[in-house]
Amino acid sequence: MAGEHIIDLKHVSKRFGDKVVLDDISLYIRKGEFVTLLGPSGCGKTTTLRMISGFLAPDEGEILLDGKDISSIPPYKRPFNTVFQRYALFPHLDVYDNIAFGLKLRKTPEDEIEKRVKKVLKLVSMSDYEDRDVESLSGGQQQRVAIARALVNQPKILLLDEPLAALDLKMRKDMQIELKEMHRELGITFIYVTHDQEEALTLSDTIVVMNEGKIQQIGTPTDIYNEPVNCFVADFIGESNILKGRMLRDRRVAFIKHEFDCVDEGFGEDVPVDVVVRPEDIYFTTDPAKCQFKATVGSCTFKGVHYEMWVDTDTGYELMIQDYDPYPVGSEVMLYIDPDDIQVMRKERTCNVFEGKMVDETHVAMLGAEFGCLPQAGLSAGDDVSVEVRFEAVDLQDHQEDGIVAGEVHFLLYKGDHYHLTILTEDGDHIWVDTNDIWDKGDLVGVNIAPADLKIEKRNEA
Amino acid sequence: MKRSHWSIPYVVFLTIFVVLPLVLVLVYAFQDGNGHFTIANITKFFTDSDALGTFAVSIEVAIENTLICILLGYPAAWILSNKELNRSAVTIILFIMPMWINALMRTLATAELFNMFGITLGKGTLLFGMVYDYLPFMIYPIYNVLNKMDKSYSEAAQDLGATPWEVFWKVTVPLSMPGVSSGILMVFMPTVSTFAISEFLTNNKIKLFGTIIQENINSSMWNYGAALALIMLIIIGITTLFSDDQKETAQGGLI
Repeated sequence: MAGEHIIDLKHVSKRFGDKVVLDDISLYIRKGEFVTLLGPSGCGKTTTLRMISGFLAPDEGEILLDGKDISSIPPYKRPFNTVFQRYALFPHLDVYDNIAFGLKLRKTPEDEIEKRVKKVLKLVSMSDYEDRDVESLSGGQQQRVAIARALVNQPKILLLDEPLAALDLKMRKDMQIELKEMHRELGITFIYVTHDQEEALTLSDTIVVMNEGKIQQIGTPTDIYNEPVNCFVADFIGESNILKGRMLRDRRVAFIKHEFDCVDEGFGEDVPVDVVVRPEDIYFTTDPAKCQFKATVGSCTFKGVHYEMWVDTDTGYELMIQDYDPYPVGSEVMLYIDPDDIQVMRKERTCNVFEGKMVDETHVAMLGAEFGCLPQAGLSAGDDVSVEVRFEAVDLQDHQEDGIVAGEVHFLLYKGDHYHLTILTEDGDHIWVDTNDIWDKGDLVGVNIAPADLKIEKRNEA
Repeated sequence: MKRSHWSIPYVVFLTIFVVLPLVLVLVYAFQDGNGHFTIANITKFFTDSDALGTFAVSIEVAIENTLICILLGYPAAWILSNKELNRSAVTIILFIMPMWINALMRTLATAELFNMFGITLGKGTLLFGMVYDYLPFMIYPIYNVLNKMDKSYSEAAQDLGATPWEVFWKVTVPLSMPGVSSGILMVFMPTVSTFAISEFLTNNKIKLFGTIIQENINSSMWNYGAALALIMLIIIGITTLFSDDQKETAQGGLI
């Protein structure tokens, strides 16, 4: 897949006010590639697209087209065309004039315009609609006109900003197939923005997973699905069981209190890791020799193609399994996982580390508040310190007023026997928490940490 | 009480203050001084060259005033609605504020200013006064439409290769026409019927259609006055129909 780069983003950052929306993004796109920027809303994917189309300028870094910086080129001079999320068809023009808009601006001869408009209408299966008022068209038809209006100009790159988000499921599936065919037929580069992971997996040659203004992973759909690099990607793409584990040695990992063979190497010995197992990769067996662990079926739901089951392992973990055959609720089952299907990921962090300052012997200022701590020998007021707090030592309260610091549940992950939460404080700091209580994304919480759970060390000025 | 009964007070109000006066105008217009039916009042207008001349002048002044208001008001509305050029709501209020002050008072004050600077009253001062009085009525509906206009249209046009100038002429202007036609309606119609402005700002050197209606009524020539008022109403009615052709006027939002 070695092709020349058509677009290069180099160390691009963007801020809106105080908020960093893009944080040092570097990315290249090959000629003719179908690239999808994937992530939840607010991850910076649309901002990236708007910088490529020229409606936003990066604060730092540069954007290259065929190796040349295009930062100073206004959008109307860039050889790209966009399919907008709300289509943005001109209501005062009919279908033909909407599509011909770009060609007319370029003073293309009338007969040439007609030829090209007809051709592109055929491509999007909208022939005979030329004279229709755009407002009389259905969502799907407007969508096709919007695609035709962009493609008729034969752009070097077609930019698509969540173009299928407003369509119903059936129509979305049909359009996905058509887009894929158009891409193959035309051979131009597509840059596609979506929050729908399934859409990204279906359409793309390359997926760029983004979260909170950073690129999480770049890869082919199969890479991203089978080998997510972190919990966010594993959780965002498809269904997954994400579990705390321990890499015992090369090719041997322990999780859910059992040991498994795996294919990963090079983590070292006895290292804490995260393990991802896709629900379709846990197999039922009747052969005791193959059985790796036993479990009880807790629930079983029919999902159309497969059954989705939650099982409780003999060691007290909950796992999701997808299988074509249902197993009755309450039954004892024997399970195994292939070494190939265990994805081991380095832990991004094993505990919270905050920067703080000593207030007095028994108080430390961090996260915009004052926490009580055990008397610290050898530290005096004003010392810069770093404070370690274990994930499970953070105590969450229902009411923000009950905590020393107020925050919001920003992200949550079920890890088989507990939840791993990311709390975003009002000052924008992150606190990671392991808890058995059930919280929802967006819940407002108060955060407390007991004095004994603060492990304080003097920070070396580096 | 049925819900439809709630409309009774409004029906009563409309009957007394709108329908009845209109009927009276209609009745008076087709009566002579003794209360007999006649169409003489109407024919008198069409044979009275003075009245016809005044009528022509009124229409001319109204058209000129409307054109000047569009030429001045559209750019003003555009600048006001452009978030990059105008970040404050105060500017918008400043433009609209003259509407809060009685038009008669503003006109009198304008006349005093002209006197003070020794400017001869005439057509120029008349137009100045009219534009001053009616400009906000042009700016506001256009501003409203431009302000609500989806930014994605202009982005789509740029994306398709339109320079800012082309975006303005090929997208912004056509899409803001509903606002312009609301503005025309609100400026053109009242200008035809005004008399106070011409009285104060030209000392009645230039007579407008409203002036002669007022003169007739003031000198108790009720029937001819009513006939002229009726003719004016019909003309205004026709312009309304004309602008209603663009059915988006409603979207334009008068206020």
